[in-house]
Amino acid sequence: MNAPDFSDWLEFNPYAFSADVKSHKLTKALVELTKWHSVQCESYQKILNVLVENTGSVNCLEDIPFIPVRLFKEFDLLSIESDEVFKIMTSSGTSGQQVSKIYLDRKTAALQTKVLSRLMSDVLGKKRLPMLIIDSPSILKNRQAFSARGAGILGFSMFGLNVTYALDDSMSLDMPAIEAFLARHHGSPVFIFGFTFVIWQHFVLSLQKKGIHLPLDKGIVVHGGGWKKLQEQSVDNDAFRHALKSVANVNKVVNYYGMVEQTGSLFVECEFGHLHAPIYADVIFRRPIDFGIAEVGEEGIIEVLSLLPCSYPGHALLTEDLGVLLGVDDCRCQRLGKYFRVIGRLEKAEMRGCSDTYETRT
Amino acid sequence: MAAAIPMKRVPDLSVEVIVGSQLPEMVSQPLTPYSSEAISFLGALSIRLFANPSIRLYPDVAAFAYWCRRSNLTRLSRSFDTQTRRIGRGLVLHIAPANVPVNFAFSLAFGILAGNANIVRISESNHPQATIICGEISDLFRDPKHTRIAAMTRVIKYPREHEITAELSRLCHARVLWGGDVTINHLRSMITSPRCIDICFPDRYSLCILGAEAINAADEQAIDNLVSGFYNDVFLLDQNACSSPHLVIWQGSREDVDNAMSRFWPAMEHLLSTKFVPPAIHAVDKYSHLCSVAIRLKGCTSISRQQNYIYRVRLESLPEKIENYRGQHGFFFEAIDNDLEGLKSIVDDRFQTVTCFGVSPQSIIDSIIEAGVNGVDRVVPVGKALDIGVIWDGYDIIGTLSRIISEQ
Repeated sequence: MNAPDFSDWLEFNPYAFSADVKSHKLTKALVELTKWHSVQCESYQKILNVLVENTGSVNCLEDIPFIPVRLFKEFDLLSIESDEVFKIMTSSGTSGQQVSKIYLDRKTAALQTKVLSRLMSDVLGKKRLPMLIIDSPSILKNRQAFSARGAGILGFSMFGLNVTYALDDSMSLDMPAIEAFLARHHGSPVFIFGFTFVIWQHFVLSLQKKGIHLPLDKGIVVHGGGWKKLQEQSVDNDAFRHALKSVANVNKVVNYYGMVEQTGSLFVECEFGHLHAPIYADVIFRRPIDFGIAEVGEEGIIEVLSLLPCSYPGHALLTEDLGVLLGVDDCRCQRLGKYFRVIGRLEKAEMRGCSDTYETRT
Repeated sequence: MAAAIPMKRVPDLSVEVIVGSQLPEMVSQPLTPYSSEAISFLGALSIRLFANPSIRLYPDVAAFAYWCRRSNLTRLSRSFDTQTRRIGRGLVLHIAPANVPVNFAFSLAFGILAGNANIVRISESNHPQATIICGEISDLFRDPKHTRIAAMTRVIKYPREHEITAELSRLCHARVLWGGDVTINHLRSMITSPRCIDICFPDRYSLCILGAEAINAADEQAIDNLVSGFYNDVFLLDQNACSSPHLVIWQGSREDVDNAMSRFWPAMEHLLSTKFVPPAIHAVDKYSHLCSVAIRLKGCTSISRQQNYIYRVRLESLPEKIENYRGQHGFFFEAIDNDLEGLKSIVDDRFQTVTCFGVSPQSIIDSIIEAGVNGVDRVVPVGKALDIGVIWDGYDIIGTLSRIISEQ
């Protein structure tokens, strides 16, 4: 069986398909991927054997069998021969936690890059911009494997020129570097990239504390990585945008939702603060009670679909995030398809039972 | 009374004392099993707990209070060994589990009934159940009637710290250890006094045997009782209790079993839907576990779901080490095993409780004994899985925590 090839999808505008058109095309593509992975990946085949009583009855995106994203922490799931592995991406878990391992071949990695580039040109324009990364350059040096943070920085760096790191190795503001960057690109649009929590903790709060104001009024901030830590500090999207406006006069702040298990096909925020599914990907919100489909406005567990994962069976994943579908095809920004909001991580429940006791605590 | 008896004092350790005075004031002069002091104290505790309005919120506290009624303890004392003269071993250290809030109280009560002085280390989880029970015990200890038991009892907290447990382990005459295998092995590697005995309650595995014919013949009321019993066995502690079933063995013809399944599980689902809305993470946990089992376990062919309340994996035969695949929050393996040959071939010393319905417990015990297997310590009706008692995990706890003074 030949690996599916979806490179022709790059010819379309990322938000060009209405939900109906997209559902039809994407379902076909994802069915093809399901078949591919079931032939190529034995573990995936075993799951399908148990999950799917009646293969061939897939009529819509909601019917595509999905696997939990957590599985990539427990198992090496790949649909390529080991000599075809080009790089292994890992999620950035804190020490001691298991990390996801995502196996990429050259083709999958290349398609991820192309799709990301397509999506970013919608935000940044066609030209590459001077780029300020709100992180420390050591994030790339210290790891053998690609952590999600390192991979994100490397991936987004392709859209930047004169890439400058705003933080030093101790995650403090590197003012000489920032000032040199500002002097050089004064008055021109710049691309500012970082992880939501890092931007908040090490950029916004540090600038506030030091009483520094940066003239980044032509800056475009792109950030992602989750709101979990900011929710603990009661910082929401609005507060985040306001803070960036006040410390650096930034007018354009773009959040994205994405994960290392589906690198490339990001869900990018529009000017109205809504996350949008591009044609290469989609979201489904499932009711916790039975995994039935939640209606517009009803909270559900987020399932993400993407046609990029070809080297590993990650094209339909049940996340551990809660979100809500805001609408379909009718966002004021004119982008077609589904748009939504991420509410946050599913809360861990307290463990009850007699096996957890004296030494260990989860 | 006590001051005249020479004994090792418990040193003043840096622990938080929840019940009782400071550790060095402790008296460890043992009593006989089921002493009038013990029964009178526990009986009074039962009455106080039932009078506490917050007991309504905590069925597990109510179950403990019900168990330690004077009448129940008197009944137990009558069936206890009357042939020999016995006395408590002395000082017993209890390491209670963190996540079963009232187990510490049962452990303490067993220690008291056996005639011992007891130090119970409870977890730092601050369960409200522990607060209620410890509060009532402390109040009772102010009553001069309970001076002796008060002098022999401490409930303490300290961080999961090796040194304090090690020091107490060197002092005591018996230890009652609850915990996972890793914890138990760690605790058992500590040096104790040479005469010290340990009663260990490590990880166990439990199952349920259902007779299909009986389920098909049962009236609505009987089915209601069955599913509510099964609910208590499984869901009160999220299927994490050692005695909660993870495997359901069906007996009967294939047709009868199919009919019984389609009666039992939907009734179970209906009951669950009236009881609670499970946290979303439980659904993801179960689904993830299902996929993991599909990859790791050979021979799991089909899956049935009752919404996300119950996941059932159907097995054609029972695989060895099935206990390594246990799930949580309502995740079951199911198989037909009419002569229990399958079960007997996989039972090992991890197997603890068999709950049953429509099958005679006596016949199950007979086949366990005939087969000469190393597991299964308990066969009880569905609904009784969590009912802890003085016989547990195959131990006669009161007997083991006391010593015999022989005359010949």
